[in-house]
Amino acid sequence: MTAPPAAAAGDLVVPGRGAGLLDVARRRFLLSLLVRKELRVRYRASVLGLAWSYVKPGVQYLVYYLALGIFLQLGREIPDFAVYLFSGMIVVNLFSEALGNATRAVVNNADLVKKIYLPRELFPVASVWVAIVHFAPQLLVLLVGAAIAGWRPQLLPLLGAVAGFVIVVTLATGLGLLFSALNAVFRDLENLVDLLLMVAVWLSPVLYSWRQVAAVPFVAENSWLLTLYQLNPVTVAVELFHWAFWFPAAQNQPEGSRVGPEVLPPDLLWHAGAGLVLAAVALAVGQAAFRRVEGRFAQEL
Amino acid sequence: MQSARTPPPQASATTAIDVDAVSMRFTLRHTRSLKEMAVYALRGKDLSNSFDALDAVSLQVQQGETVGLLGFNGSGKSTLLKLISGVMRPTSGSVRVRGRIAGLIEVGAGFHPDLTGRENVYLNGAILGMEEATIRERFDDIVAFSEIERFIDTEVKHYSSGMFLRLAFAVAVHTDPEVFLIDEILAVGDEPFQRKCLEKVEALRAEGRTLVVVSHDLGLVERLCTRGVVLQHGRVIADTDAPAAVAALRATG
Repeated sequence: MTAPPAAAAGDLVVPGRGAGLLDVARRRFLLSLLVRKELRVRYRASVLGLAWSYVKPGVQYLVYYLALGIFLQLGREIPDFAVYLFSGMIVVNLFSEALGNATRAVVNNADLVKKIYLPRELFPVASVWVAIVHFAPQLLVLLVGAAIAGWRPQLLPLLGAVAGFVIVVTLATGLGLLFSALNAVFRDLENLVDLLLMVAVWLSPVLYSWRQVAAVPFVAENSWLLTLYQLNPVTVAVELFHWAFWFPAAQNQPEGSRVGPEVLPPDLLWHAGAGLVLAAVALAVGQAAFRRVEGRFAQEL
Repeated sequence: MQSARTPPPQASATTAIDVDAVSMRFTLRHTRSLKEMAVYALRGKDLSNSFDALDAVSLQVQQGETVGLLGFNGSGKSTLLKLISGVMRPTSGSVRVRGRIAGLIEVGAGFHPDLTGRENVYLNGAILGMEEATIRERFDDIVAFSEIERFIDTEVKHYSSGMFLRLAFAVAVHTDPEVFLIDEILAVGDEPFQRKCLEKVEALRAEGRTLVVVSHDLGLVERLCTRGVVLQHGRVIADTDAPAAVAALRATG
Protein backbone atom coordinates (compact mmCIF):
# COMPACT_ATOMS: atom_id res chain seq x y z
CA MET A 1 0.00 0.00 0.00
CA THR A 2 1.37 3.40 -0.93
CA ALA A 3 1.11 6.38 1.36
CA PRO A 4 -2.31 7.99 1.48
CA PRO A 5 -2.70 11.29 -0.38
CA ALA A 6 -1.24 14.19 1.53
CA ALA A 7 -4.50 16.11 1.47
CA ALA A 8 -6.11 13.37 3.54
CA ALA A 9 -4.40 14.70 6.62
CA GLY A 10 -7.42 16.64 7.83
CA ASP A 11 -9.55 16.07 10.87
CA LEU A 12 -12.37 13.61 11.14
CA VAL A 13 -15.48 15.63 10.48
CA VAL A 14 -19.16 14.87 10.49
CA PRO A 15 -20.27 14.72 6.85
CA GLY A 16 -23.31 16.62 5.69
CA ARG A 17 -22.99 19.51 8.12
CA GLY A 18 -22.05 22.62 6.25
CA ALA A 19 -21.75 26.21 7.27
CA GLY A 20 -25.09 27.13 5.69
CA LEU A 21 -25.12 30.39 3.79
CA LEU A 22 -21.37 30.76 4.28
CA ASP A 23 -20.92 27.61 2.21
CA VAL A 24 -23.07 29.17 -0.49
CA ALA A 25 -20.74 32.16 -0.57
CA ARG A 26 -17.79 29.78 -0.80
CA ARG A 27 -19.29 27.89 -3.71
CA ARG A 28 -20.19 30.81 -5.92
CA PHE A 29 -19.18 28.96 -9.07
CA LEU A 30 -21.67 26.20 -8.40
CA LEU A 31 -24.28 28.83 -7.53
CA SER A 32 -23.75 30.58 -10.85
CA LEU A 33 -24.10 27.26 -12.70
CA LEU A 34 -27.31 26.46 -10.85
CA VAL A 35 -28.72 29.88 -11.74
CA ARG A 36 -27.75 29.40 -15.38
CA LYS A 37 -29.28 25.93 -15.35
CA GLU A 38 -32.55 27.20 -13.93
CA LEU A 39 -32.75 29.93 -16.56
CA ARG A 40 -31.91 27.50 -19.36
CA VAL A 41 -34.42 24.94 -18.18
CA ARG A 42 -37.17 27.49 -17.67
CA TYR A 43 -36.96 28.70 -21.27
CA ARG A 44 -36.14 25.41 -22.97
CA ALA A 45 -37.84 24.83 -26.28
CA SER A 46 -39.37 28.29 -26.14
CA VAL A 47 -39.15 30.66 -29.09
CA LEU A 48 -39.22 33.87 -27.06
CA GLY A 49 -36.88 32.54 -24.40
CA LEU A 50 -35.79 35.11 -21.86
CA ALA A 51 -38.01 37.66 -23.62
CA TRP A 52 -40.90 36.09 -21.71
CA SER A 53 -39.57 37.81 -18.63
CA TYR A 54 -40.34 41.11 -20.36
CA VAL A 55 -43.66 40.08 -21.92
CA LYS A 56 -45.26 38.88 -18.69
CA PRO A 57 -44.67 41.98 -16.56
CA GLY A 58 -45.42 44.11 -19.62
CA VAL A 59 -48.90 42.66 -20.03
CA GLN A 60 -49.49 42.67 -16.28
CA TYR A 61 -48.55 46.32 -16.21
CA LEU A 62 -50.84 47.24 -19.09
CA VAL A 63 -53.78 45.48 -17.47
CA TYR A 64 -53.21 47.22 -14.14
CA TYR A 65 -52.77 50.56 -15.81
CA LEU A 66 -55.91 50.17 -17.86
CA ALA A 67 -58.08 48.89 -15.01
CA LEU A 68 -56.82 51.10 -12.21
CA GLY A 69 -55.27 54.12 -13.84
CA ILE A 70 -57.93 54.68 -16.47
CA PHE A 71 -61.13 52.85 -15.53
CA LEU A 72 -60.91 53.52 -11.79
CA GLN A 73 -59.24 56.87 -12.50
CA LEU A 74 -56.54 56.49 -9.89
CA GLY A 75 -54.36 58.50 -12.24
CA ARG A 76 -56.23 61.61 -11.09
CA GLU A 77 -55.26 61.11 -7.48
CA ILE A 78 -51.71 60.08 -8.16
CA PRO A 79 -49.76 62.18 -10.64
CA ASP A 80 -47.53 60.22 -12.99
CA PHE A 81 -49.49 57.11 -12.14
CA ALA A 82 -47.68 55.13 -14.84
CA VAL A 83 -44.31 55.56 -13.09
CA TYR A 84 -45.87 55.15 -9.65
CA LEU A 85 -47.44 51.84 -10.63
CA PHE A 86 -44.41 50.45 -12.37
CA SER A 87 -41.85 51.37 -9.70
CA GLY A 88 -43.91 49.57 -7.05
CA MET A 89 -44.85 46.67 -9.26
CA ILE A 90 -41.29 45.61 -10.05
CA VAL A 91 -40.47 45.48 -6.32
CA VAL A 92 -43.44 43.26 -5.59
CA ASN A 93 -42.70 41.13 -8.66
CA LEU A 94 -39.15 40.62 -7.45
CA PHE A 95 -40.42 39.55 -4.04
CA SER A 96 -43.11 37.25 -5.45
CA GLU A 97 -40.86 35.50 -7.89
CA ALA A 98 -37.99 35.12 -5.44
CA LEU A 99 -40.12 33.75 -2.64
CA GLY A 100 -42.40 31.66 -4.85
CA ASN A 101 -39.47 29.93 -6.56
CA ALA A 102 -37.39 29.60 -3.42
CA THR A 103 -40.27 27.85 -1.65
CA ARG A 104 -40.27 25.15 -4.33
CA ALA A 105 -36.49 24.98 -4.66
CA VAL A 106 -35.74 22.04 -2.38
CA VAL A 107 -38.63 19.92 -3.65
CA ASN A 108 -37.77 20.68 -7.27
CA ASN A 109 -34.20 19.53 -6.70
CA ALA A 110 -35.23 16.41 -4.81
CA ASP A 111 -33.08 14.20 -7.03
CA LEU A 112 -29.92 16.01 -6.03
CA VAL A 113 -30.88 16.47 -2.41
CA LYS A 114 -31.48 12.75 -1.99
CA LYS A 115 -28.34 11.53 -3.69
CA ILE A 116 -25.44 13.92 -3.27
CA TYR A 117 -24.54 16.09 -0.35
CA LEU A 118 -24.06 19.74 -1.13
CA PRO A 119 -25.05 22.82 0.84
CA ARG A 120 -28.80 22.72 0.28
CA GLU A 121 -29.12 26.44 0.90
CA LEU A 122 -27.81 26.75 -2.65
CA PHE A 123 -31.20 25.89 -4.10
CA PRO A 124 -33.36 28.63 -2.56
CA VAL A 125 -30.53 31.13 -2.98
CA ALA A 126 -30.22 30.22 -6.67
CA SER A 127 -33.98 30.81 -7.05
CA VAL A 128 -33.62 34.27 -5.56
CA TRP A 129 -30.79 34.98 -8.00
CA VAL A 130 -32.97 33.94 -10.92
CA ALA A 131 -35.57 36.45 -9.73
CA ILE A 132 -32.87 39.12 -9.62
CA VAL A 133 -31.88 38.29 -13.20
CA HIS A 134 -35.50 38.85 -14.20
CA PHE A 135 -35.67 42.03 -12.15
CA ALA A 136 -32.73 43.72 -13.91
CA PRO A 137 -34.42 44.38 -17.28
CA GLN A 138 -37.56 45.61 -15.52
CA LEU A 139 -35.47 48.09 -13.59
CA LEU A 140 -33.97 49.24 -16.86
CA VAL A 141 -37.43 49.80 -18.34
CA LEU A 142 -38.37 51.74 -15.21
CA LEU A 143 -35.32 54.00 -15.52
CA VAL A 144 -36.14 54.80 -19.14
CA GLY A 145 -39.83 55.35 -18.41
CA ALA A 146 -39.12 57.55 -15.40
CA ALA A 147 -36.58 59.58 -17.35
CA ILE A 148 -39.16 60.23 -20.05
CA ALA A 149 -41.58 61.38 -17.34
CA GLY A 150 -39.03 63.92 -16.13
CA TRP A 151 -37.14 61.95 -13.52
CA ARG A 152 -33.62 62.99 -12.64
CA PRO A 153 -31.48 60.84 -10.34
CA GLN A 154 -30.78 62.09 -6.82
CA LEU A 155 -28.24 60.46 -4.57
CA LEU A 156 -30.14 59.98 -1.31
CA PRO A 157 -33.33 58.57 -2.85
CA LEU A 158 -31.22 56.22 -4.99
CA LEU A 159 -29.52 54.94 -1.84
CA GLY A 160 -33.02 54.43 -0.51
CA ALA A 161 -33.86 52.29 -3.54
CA VAL A 162 -30.74 50.21 -2.93
CA ALA A 163 -31.90 49.72 0.67
CA GLY A 164 -35.33 48.69 -0.63
CA PHE A 165 -33.73 46.15 -2.93
CA VAL A 166 -31.62 44.76 -0.09
CA ILE A 167 -34.70 44.51 2.13
CA VAL A 168 -36.70 42.59 -0.48
CA VAL A 169 -33.88 40.21 -1.41
CA THR A 170 -32.93 39.50 2.21
CA LEU A 171 -36.52 38.99 3.26
CA ALA A 172 -37.24 36.70 0.31
CA THR A 173 -34.09 34.67 1.01
CA GLY A 174 -34.94 34.31 4.69
CA LEU A 175 -38.56 33.36 4.15
CA GLY A 176 -37.50 31.24 1.16
CA LEU A 177 -35.15 29.21 3.34
CA LEU A 178 -37.86 28.74 5.94
CA PHE A 179 -40.62 27.79 3.53
CA SER A 180 -38.50 25.63 1.23
CA ALA A 181 -37.43 23.54 4.23
CA LEU A 182 -40.98 23.20 5.53
CA ASN A 183 -42.28 22.52 2.03
CA ALA A 184 -40.10 19.41 1.88
CA VAL A 185 -42.14 18.02 4.78
CA PHE A 186 -45.54 19.58 4.12
CA ARG A 187 -46.30 20.38 0.52
CA ASP A 188 -49.17 22.58 1.66
CA LEU A 189 -46.62 25.35 2.05
CA GLU A 190 -46.49 25.93 -1.71
CA ASN A 191 -50.16 26.86 -1.80
CA LEU A 192 -49.98 28.83 1.40
CA VAL A 193 -47.11 30.91 0.02
CA ASP A 194 -49.03 31.59 -3.19
CA LEU A 195 -51.86 32.99 -1.08
CA LEU A 196 -49.45 34.98 1.03
CA LEU A 197 -47.91 36.51 -2.07
CA MET A 198 -51.28 37.57 -3.40
CA VAL A 199 -51.98 39.26 -0.08
CA ALA A 200 -48.56 40.92 -0.18
CA VAL A 201 -49.24 42.41 -3.61
CA TRP A 202 -52.54 43.95 -2.62
CA LEU A 203 -51.49 45.02 0.86
CA SER A 204 -48.58 47.05 -0.44
CA PRO A 205 -49.19 50.49 -1.89
CA VAL A 206 -48.53 49.41 -5.45
CA LEU A 207 -51.93 49.99 -7.01
CA TYR A 208 -52.97 52.83 -4.71
CA SER A 209 -51.33 55.39 -2.43
CA TRP A 210 -50.69 55.12 1.31
CA ARG A 211 -52.74 58.27 1.77
CA GLN A 212 -55.80 56.37 0.63
CA VAL A 213 -55.13 53.84 3.38
CA ALA A 214 -54.63 56.59 5.94
CA ALA A 215 -57.90 58.20 4.86
CA VAL A 216 -59.97 55.14 5.78
CA PRO A 217 -61.89 56.30 8.92
CA PHE A 218 -61.12 53.15 10.90
CA VAL A 219 -57.40 53.49 10.16
CA ALA A 220 -57.50 57.20 10.96
CA GLU A 221 -58.98 56.41 14.40
CA ASN A 222 -56.42 53.70 15.12
CA SER A 223 -53.13 55.16 13.98
CA TRP A 224 -51.18 52.07 15.10
CA LEU A 225 -52.83 50.25 12.19
CA LEU A 226 -51.18 52.61 9.75
CA THR A 227 -47.83 52.14 11.51
CA LEU A 228 -48.24 48.38 11.29
CA TYR A 229 -49.13 48.69 7.64
CA GLN A 230 -46.07 50.81 6.95
CA LEU A 231 -43.70 48.52 8.85
CA ASN A 232 -44.34 45.68 6.41
CA PRO A 233 -40.88 45.35 4.82
CA VAL A 234 -42.36 44.92 1.34
CA THR A 235 -44.33 48.15 1.80
CA VAL A 236 -41.16 49.89 2.96
CA ALA A 237 -39.31 48.73 -0.16
CA VAL A 238 -42.16 49.86 -2.42
CA GLU A 239 -42.23 53.32 -0.82
CA LEU A 240 -38.45 53.60 -1.11
CA PHE A 241 -38.74 52.89 -4.83
CA HIS A 242 -41.51 55.50 -5.10
CA TRP A 243 -39.21 57.96 -3.39
CA ALA A 244 -36.32 57.19 -5.74
CA PHE A 245 -38.10 56.92 -9.08
CA TRP A 246 -41.59 58.32 -8.93
CA PHE A 247 -41.36 61.31 -6.57
CA PRO A 248 -38.64 63.17 -8.51
CA ALA A 249 -40.67 62.73 -11.69
CA ALA A 250 -43.92 63.82 -10.03
CA GLN A 251 -42.16 66.91 -8.67
CA ASN A 252 -41.22 67.91 -12.18
CA GLN A 253 -44.85 68.29 -13.21
CA PRO A 254 -46.07 71.66 -14.49
CA GLU A 255 -47.44 74.15 -11.94
CA GLY A 256 -50.81 73.06 -10.58
CA SER A 257 -50.40 69.31 -10.63
CA ARG A 258 -47.03 69.42 -8.87
CA VAL A 259 -46.79 67.42 -5.65
CA GLY A 260 -44.96 68.15 -2.45
CA PRO A 261 -43.20 65.81 -0.02
CA GLU A 262 -46.55 65.11 1.69
CA VAL A 263 -47.22 62.39 -0.91
CA LEU A 264 -44.48 60.32 0.66
CA PRO A 265 -45.16 58.56 3.96
CA PRO A 266 -43.60 60.27 6.99
CA ASP A 267 -40.74 58.55 8.81
CA LEU A 268 -39.80 56.67 5.65
CA LEU A 269 -36.15 56.44 6.68
CA TRP A 270 -37.05 55.07 10.11
CA HIS A 271 -39.24 52.51 8.44
CA ALA A 272 -36.38 51.63 6.11
CA GLY A 273 -34.19 50.92 9.13
CA ALA A 274 -36.92 48.79 10.66
CA GLY A 275 -37.37 46.98 7.35
CA LEU A 276 -33.67 46.16 7.18
CA VAL A 277 -33.76 44.81 10.73
CA LEU A 278 -36.89 42.73 10.08
CA ALA A 279 -35.38 41.30 6.90
CA ALA A 280 -32.19 40.39 8.76
CA VAL A 281 -34.25 38.68 11.45
CA ALA A 282 -36.14 36.76 8.77
CA LEU A 283 -32.83 35.65 7.29
CA ALA A 284 -31.51 34.45 10.65
CA VAL A 285 -34.74 32.61 11.47
CA GLY A 286 -34.91 31.09 7.98
CA GLN A 287 -31.35 29.86 8.15
CA ALA A 288 -31.85 28.36 11.62
CA ALA A 289 -35.08 26.63 10.61
CA PHE A 290 -33.51 25.34 7.41
CA ARG A 291 -30.65 23.75 9.31
CA ARG A 292 -33.02 22.12 11.75
CA VAL A 293 -35.17 20.52 9.08
CA GLU A 294 -32.35 19.83 6.60
CA GLY A 295 -31.44 16.51 8.22
CA ARG A 296 -34.83 15.13 7.22
CA PHE A 297 -34.75 16.19 3.58
CA ALA A 298 -33.37 12.93 2.17
CA GLN A 299 -36.02 10.94 4.03
CA GLU A 300 -38.99 13.13 3.32
CA LEU A 301 -38.58 13.82 -0.36
CA MET B 1 -20.09 2.06 22.76
CA GLN B 2 -17.67 0.01 20.72
CA SER B 3 -18.30 -3.22 18.95
CA ALA B 4 -15.85 -5.90 20.04
CA ARG B 5 -15.46 -7.02 16.47
CA THR B 6 -14.15 -3.75 15.06
CA PRO B 7 -10.38 -4.19 14.63
CA PRO B 8 -9.01 -0.86 15.96
CA PRO B 9 -11.55 0.08 18.62
CA GLN B 10 -10.69 3.78 18.65
CA ALA B 11 -10.40 6.09 15.70
CA SER B 12 -6.74 6.73 15.02
CA ALA B 13 -4.86 9.26 12.95
CA THR B 14 -5.19 7.09 9.86
CA THR B 15 -8.91 6.43 10.15
CA ALA B 16 -10.71 7.61 7.03
CA ILE B 17 -14.25 6.70 8.05
CA ASP B 18 -15.43 6.27 11.61
CA VAL B 19 -18.94 4.91 12.06
CA ASP B 20 -19.73 4.67 15.74
CA ALA B 21 -22.83 2.83 17.00
CA VAL B 22 -24.97 4.24 14.24
CA SER B 23 -28.66 3.51 14.07
CA MET B 24 -30.98 4.75 11.39
CA ARG B 25 -34.67 4.58 11.95
CA PHE B 26 -37.04 5.37 9.14
CA THR B 27 -40.48 6.58 10.01
CA LEU B 28 -42.97 5.57 7.40
CA ARG B 29 -45.89 7.88 7.50
CA HIS B 30 -48.97 6.52 5.83
CA THR B 31 -50.72 9.74 5.31
CA ARG B 32 -50.30 13.44 5.59
CA SER B 33 -53.70 14.87 4.88
CA LEU B 34 -55.64 16.40 7.73
CA LYS B 35 -58.76 14.40 6.94
CA GLU B 36 -56.98 11.09 7.05
CA MET B 37 -55.08 12.05 10.18
CA ALA B 38 -58.38 12.78 11.90
CA VAL B 39 -59.84 9.45 10.81
CA TYR B 40 -56.77 7.60 12.04
CA ALA B 41 -56.81 9.44 15.34
CA LEU B 42 -60.49 8.64 15.92
CA ARG B 43 -59.94 4.98 15.25
CA GLY B 44 -56.95 4.98 17.52
CA LYS B 45 -54.64 3.67 14.84
CA ASP B 46 -51.02 4.51 14.80
CA LEU B 47 -50.23 7.04 12.13
CA SER B 48 -46.77 5.80 11.41
CA ASN B 49 -44.60 2.82 11.82
CA SER B 50 -40.88 2.72 11.79
CA PHE B 51 -38.16 0.31 11.00
CA ASP B 52 -34.49 0.26 11.73
CA ALA B 53 -32.48 0.30 8.56
CA LEU B 54 -29.31 0.23 10.63
CA ASP B 55 -28.98 -0.96 14.19
CA ALA B 56 -25.91 0.01 16.22
CA VAL B 57 -23.47 -0.37 13.37
CA SER B 58 -19.84 0.38 14.15
CA LEU B 59 -17.22 0.33 11.49
CA GLN B 60 -13.85 1.89 10.97
CA VAL B 61 -12.14 2.19 7.64
CA GLN B 62 -8.45 3.06 7.52
CA GLN B 63 -6.96 5.24 4.83
CA GLY B 64 -6.05 3.22 1.79
CA GLU B 65 -8.40 0.34 2.58
CA THR B 66 -10.81 -1.03 0.01
CA VAL B 67 -13.86 -2.26 1.82
CA GLY B 68 -16.70 -4.19 0.24
CA LEU B 69 -20.11 -3.79 1.82
CA LEU B 70 -22.09 -6.97 1.27
CA GLY B 71 -25.62 -7.92 2.01
CA PHE B 72 -28.90 -8.77 0.39
CA ASN B 73 -31.45 -6.18 -0.67
CA GLY B 74 -32.70 -4.18 2.28
CA SER B 75 -29.77 -5.04 4.52
CA GLY B 76 -28.86 -1.36 4.94
CA LYS B 77 -25.86 -1.05 2.62
CA SER B 78 -27.12 1.93 0.69
CA THR B 79 -28.35 3.64 3.84
CA LEU B 80 -24.89 3.29 5.32
CA LEU B 81 -23.34 4.83 2.22
CA LYS B 82 -25.80 7.72 2.37
CA LEU B 83 -24.88 8.35 6.00
CA ILE B 84 -21.18 8.32 5.16
CA SER B 85 -21.71 10.73 2.27
CA GLY B 86 -23.70 13.09 4.47
CA VAL B 87 -26.93 12.93 2.48
CA MET B 88 -28.66 11.57 5.57
CA ARG B 89 -28.00 12.01 9.25
CA PRO B 90 -28.14 9.05 11.62
CA THR B 91 -30.91 8.73 14.20
CA SER B 92 -28.26 7.98 16.81
CA GLY B 93 -24.54 7.38 16.89
CA SER B 94 -22.01 9.33 14.90
CA VAL B 95 -20.38 9.24 11.50
CA ARG B 96 -17.13 11.04 10.84
CA VAL B 97 -15.04 11.20 7.72
CA ARG B 98 -11.54 12.49 7.01
CA GLY B 99 -10.96 14.22 3.70
CA ARG B 100 -13.14 14.89 0.72
CA ILE B 101 -15.71 12.25 -0.17
CA ALA B 102 -17.08 11.51 -3.60
CA GLY B 103 -20.09 9.35 -3.82
CA LEU B 104 -20.50 7.34 -6.95
CA ILE B 105 -23.78 6.46 -5.39
CA GLU B 106 -26.02 7.52 -8.18
CA VAL B 107 -23.83 8.61 -11.00
CA GLY B 108 -25.50 11.26 -13.03
CA ALA B 109 -27.82 12.46 -10.27
CA GLY B 110 -26.68 16.00 -10.93
CA PHE B 111 -27.10 15.75 -14.69
CA HIS B 112 -29.80 17.72 -16.38
CA PRO B 113 -31.23 16.36 -19.63
CA ASP B 114 -31.72 19.80 -21.18
CA LEU B 115 -28.09 20.82 -20.81
CA THR B 116 -25.34 19.72 -23.17
CA GLY B 117 -22.70 17.23 -22.21
CA ARG B 118 -20.19 20.03 -21.76
CA GLU B 119 -22.49 22.04 -19.48
CA ASN B 120 -23.25 18.93 -17.48
CA VAL B 121 -19.56 18.20 -16.96
CA TYR B 122 -19.16 21.66 -15.43
CA LEU B 123 -22.36 21.49 -13.40
CA ASN B 124 -21.71 18.00 -12.08
CA GLY B 125 -18.05 18.70 -11.43
CA ALA B 126 -19.04 21.75 -9.38
CA ILE B 127 -21.69 19.74 -7.53
CA LEU B 128 -19.05 17.18 -6.64
CA GLY B 129 -16.90 19.96 -5.25
CA MET B 130 -14.48 20.87 -8.03
CA GLU B 131 -13.37 24.43 -8.68
CA GLU B 132 -13.90 26.04 -12.07
CA ALA B 133 -10.18 26.02 -12.91
CA THR B 134 -9.88 22.35 -11.93
CA ILE B 135 -12.76 21.34 -14.17
CA ARG B 136 -11.36 23.32 -17.07
CA GLU B 137 -7.98 21.68 -16.57
CA ARG B 138 -9.41 18.16 -16.45
CA PHE B 139 -12.13 18.68 -19.02
CA ASP B 140 -10.26 17.01 -21.87
CA ASP B 141 -9.34 14.03 -19.70
CA ILE B 142 -12.95 13.63 -18.64
CA VAL B 143 -14.21 13.70 -22.20
CA ALA B 144 -11.46 11.39 -23.39
CA PHE B 145 -12.28 8.93 -20.62
CA SER B 146 -15.96 8.93 -21.53
CA GLU B 147 -15.15 8.44 -25.25
CA ILE B 148 -18.04 10.62 -26.36
CA GLU B 149 -16.07 13.50 -27.86
CA ARG B 150 -18.40 13.76 -30.83
CA PHE B 151 -21.49 14.36 -28.73
CA ILE B 152 -20.10 16.59 -26.00
CA ASP B 153 -22.07 19.59 -27.28
CA THR B 154 -25.29 17.64 -27.71
CA GLU B 155 -28.03 17.84 -25.10
CA VAL B 156 -27.81 14.92 -22.74
CA LYS B 157 -31.42 13.91 -23.35
CA HIS B 158 -30.35 12.67 -26.78
CA TYR B 159 -27.69 10.40 -25.27
CA SER B 160 -28.11 6.65 -25.01
CA SER B 161 -28.15 5.40 -21.44
CA GLY B 162 -24.66 3.99 -21.93
CA MET B 163 -23.26 7.32 -23.11
CA PHE B 164 -24.92 9.10 -20.23
CA LEU B 165 -23.40 6.78 -17.64
CA ARG B 166 -19.98 6.96 -19.23
CA LEU B 167 -19.89 10.71 -18.98
CA ALA B 168 -21.25 10.69 -15.44
CA PHE B 169 -18.70 8.11 -14.33
CA ALA B 170 -15.92 10.03 -16.06
CA VAL B 171 -16.77 13.21 -14.14
CA ALA B 172 -17.01 11.36 -10.83
CA VAL B 173 -13.64 9.61 -11.08
CA HIS B 174 -11.94 12.87 -11.97
CA THR B 175 -13.05 14.69 -8.82
CA ASP B 176 -9.94 13.53 -6.97
CA PRO B 177 -11.41 12.77 -3.55
CA GLU B 178 -9.76 10.97 -0.67
CA VAL B 179 -12.72 8.72 0.00
CA PHE B 180 -14.71 7.06 -2.74
CA LEU B 181 -18.13 5.56 -2.17
CA ILE B 182 -19.12 3.27 -4.99
CA ASP B 183 -22.60 1.79 -5.23
CA GLU B 184 -23.19 -0.73 -7.99
CA ILE B 185 -21.82 1.49 -10.67
CA LEU B 186 -19.36 -0.97 -12.01
CA ALA B 187 -22.23 -2.39 -14.01
CA VAL B 188 -21.90 0.62 -16.29
CA GLY B 189 -21.76 0.42 -20.05
CA ASP B 190 -20.47 -2.32 -22.28
CA GLU B 191 -17.70 -4.72 -21.42
CA PRO B 192 -14.72 -2.69 -22.67
CA PHE B 193 -15.94 0.35 -20.72
CA GLN B 194 -16.56 -1.75 -17.62
CA ARG B 195 -13.01 -2.99 -17.84
CA LYS B 196 -11.82 0.60 -18.13
CA CYS B 197 -13.84 1.59 -15.06
CA LEU B 198 -12.38 -1.30 -13.11
CA GLU B 199 -8.88 -0.33 -14.14
CA LYS B 200 -9.57 3.21 -13.00
CA VAL B 201 -10.88 2.00 -9.66
CA GLU B 202 -7.83 -0.21 -9.24
CA ALA B 203 -5.60 2.74 -10.07
CA LEU B 204 -7.36 4.81 -7.40
CA ARG B 205 -6.79 2.02 -4.93
CA ALA B 206 -3.14 1.82 -5.87
CA GLU B 207 -2.84 5.56 -5.22
CA GLY B 208 -3.87 4.89 -1.65
CA ARG B 209 -7.42 6.22 -1.82
CA THR B 210 -10.01 4.84 0.49
CA LEU B 211 -12.75 2.94 -1.29
CA VAL B 212 -16.06 1.64 -0.04
CA VAL B 213 -17.72 -0.58 -2.60
CA VAL B 214 -21.27 -1.86 -2.58
CA SER B 215 -21.89 -4.58 -5.09
CA HIS B 216 -23.86 -7.74 -5.61
CA ASP B 217 -21.10 -8.98 -7.87
CA LEU B 218 -19.34 -11.14 -5.30
CA GLY B 219 -16.53 -12.10 -7.66
CA LEU B 220 -15.74 -8.45 -8.18
CA VAL B 221 -15.74 -7.74 -4.45
CA GLU B 222 -13.37 -10.64 -3.85
CA ARG B 223 -11.05 -9.36 -6.52
CA LEU B 224 -11.14 -5.68 -5.65
CA CYS B 225 -11.50 -5.46 -1.89
CA THR B 226 -9.09 -6.07 0.92
CA ARG B 227 -11.85 -6.36 3.44
CA GLY B 228 -15.51 -7.34 3.46
CA VAL B 229 -18.29 -6.24 5.79
CA VAL B 230 -21.52 -8.22 5.68
CA LEU B 231 -24.74 -6.53 6.72
CA GLN B 232 -27.94 -8.36 7.52
CA HIS B 233 -31.12 -6.59 8.64
CA GLY B 234 -29.11 -3.52 9.54
CA ARG B 235 -26.50 -5.30 11.65
CA VAL B 236 -22.89 -6.17 10.91
CA ILE B 237 -22.67 -9.96 10.96
CA ALA B 238 -19.16 -10.31 9.60
CA ASP B 239 -16.17 -8.00 9.22
CA THR B 240 -13.23 -9.88 7.81
CA ASP B 241 -11.18 -10.34 4.66
CA ALA B 242 -13.07 -10.28 1.38
CA PRO B 243 -13.20 -14.03 0.55
CA ALA B 244 -14.36 -14.91 4.07
CA ALA B 245 -17.00 -12.18 3.95
CA VAL B 246 -18.30 -13.50 0.64
CA ALA B 247 -18.45 -16.97 2.17
CA ALA B 248 -20.29 -15.58 5.20
CA LEU B 249 -22.84 -13.89 2.95
CA ARG B 250 -23.36 -17.08 0.96
CA ALA B 251 -23.85 -19.00 4.21
CA THR B 252 -26.70 -16.69 5.27
CA GLY B 253 -28.47 -17.04 1.93
